[in-house]
Formats: sequence, C-alpha cells, structure tokens
Amino acid sequence: MVPTGEWVLLAYRVPREPSTPRIAIWRKLKQLGVAQLGDGLVALPADARTREQLEWAADDVLAAGGTASVWLARPASTAAEREFAAQMAAARGGEYAAVTAAADAAATLSGAERQAAVRRLRNELRRIGRRDFFPPSERDAAQLAVRRLTDPDAVEREPGSIAEPAPGARS
Amino acid sequence: MKWATRAGVHIDRAACAWLIRRHVDPRPEFVFVADPNEVPPDATPFDMRGVDLSHHGTDCTFETILRRYDLHDPVLWKLAEIVHEADIEDGRYDAPEAPGLDVVLRGLSLVLTDDHRVLELTGPVFDGLYEYYRRVLLLGRPPA
Repeated sequence: MVPTGEWVLLAYRVPREPSTPRIAIWRKLKQLGVAQLGDGLVALPADARTREQLEWAADDVLAAGGTASVWLARPASTAAEREFAAQMAAARGGEYAAVTAAADAAATLSGAERQAAVRRLRNELRRIGRRDFFPPSERDAAQLAVRRLTDPDAVEREPGSIAEPAPGARS
Repeated sequence: MKWATRAGVHIDRAACAWLIRRHVDPRPEFVFVADPNEVPPDATPFDMRGVDLSHHGTDCTFETILRRYDLHDPVLWKLAEIVHEADIEDGRYDAPEAPGLDVVLRGLSLVLTDDHRVLELTGPVFDGLYEYYRRVLLLGRPPA
C-alpha cells in the first residue's frame, strides 16, 4: 500500500455574527486553496509553509472570538487522500479554465489594453500556482493561452521541461 | 537583548531580524526554537503565534514591529510593503519585488539549515534594499 502523506488540518468555529471577520476568514482559507473535509474542518498537504498558513488562520479565528486548533494527520486510507487531492485539483482546474477563457478573450485586444490583460493574467496564474498542490490537466492550457498573448508561436512545453513546481509537491 | 523566533526563518522573520538589529537593538542575540514553549524566559519572542510582536489584523510581523517601536521612516515602510506581499500575498500593496524576494529566501532555506547563516546572508540584502529605496525617495526616481 502506498503510504499516505502528512496533512495539516484546521478545526475551527467562528461566531455567526458579526459576519465581517467570518467572511474574511473564509476568503483567506479559500485563497490558501484548502480542501474542505467537513463543517469547520479544512486541510492542506503539510509542509512548513502550509502549517504556518493554517496557524495564522487559527489566530485569525481566535481573534474573531472563535475556537480553533491545528493538527497534523494522515488519512487512514489512500482512497480518502486521493479524494481530497481530486477535490483540490478540480477546484484549481476551474480557476485555470477561467484564466484560459480570459486569455482567449484578451486575444482581440491590442496595445496597452492587451499588456494590462497579460499582467493581470500572469498574476492570476501565479496566485493559483501558489495554492495548486495537485496540478490538474487544465494548468498547461492556461499557461499556454497566457504565453500566446505575448508570443503567438508559443507551443505547449515538452513533458519534463521546467514548469513552476507545485508548492507542496511530493515525489 | 535576546530575541526568539521560530526556526526555519523565511522572509518575514529574516526581515524582522534585520530590522531589530538595525533599528531596535544594535547587539541582538537571536534564538531559534521549534516550539513556543522553548522560548527562553529572558527573550522577546517575535513572529510566533500568541505573542505581541506577530501578525495583527492585516499586518505581518515586520509591520507590527514598526508600529510597536514607533519607526516612522518611510523607507522602512516601503520595505514593509515588499515583506508584506512576499509573506502574505494578499495584494494589499503593489510590490513587484515581492515574488522574486520570496523565491530567493525559499531557495536559501533549501541549501542552508542554520538560521544564523540565513540572517548573515540576508542582512546585506536588506541593507541594499534599504539603500536603494532611500535613494529612490531622495531622487524621486530609481537610482542608476
């Protein structure tokens, strides 16, 4: 059996009111790309950075009058781990697909408008890449679509060429 | 004075250590701990959960130290924007330097296991950034 990896979990509860800090925490967790394990339970593959991110998020929850604890855990089955990985990959896949669509739409622009679109989309790709722990197939298409805005001859990179590493990639 | 922070320093802690040495305590002694319980009783902890010199609201620890020690130098606040974006990446500031600095620090942490060595190497980087943005502020444009 393939051993499962280590995950960092945040168990939290935020008061329903006031809603502003509750929404801010939810947005923050979404930005980190967490897998939703259940109500008030989210997870990321464990590394020094993700552990720190969830510890800071736990502090935000405490500051909002809630309760929070951070755990290190291993899924008891590879099937469960695969399910969470697939859930996260699907979420990133949707984000990459949106970038591809935006890049295709920007292909009709020219000059400064086009440059602004390229900058925005590159930033968006970088942000998604930071929370992309299990790169989905949509990633290559999104990167290619954005590259084509500045280099119409760009072709898909050969497998094995240097791409942005996934932040928590484990071999 | 003695200062303590979590081992495995990255951008915020490296920048804070530089800030402390240059603007708070000219002869600091840094201690790196794996667990908050290991902070020596005579040390001031920073960038750790549950301590004062840490993240507060939307501030990273570098910004918190600037506020706590009344450091109003606009050059330091410019560096704070870069550190903030490299650490938190929330888009609060326009700091295109941040992703590059973040990668440099992450790369260093892969080849160095001694946090003291990381501070030795990153100190001159922050000295240089400070001098660069000091001149930007004086000249009103990038120097050279």
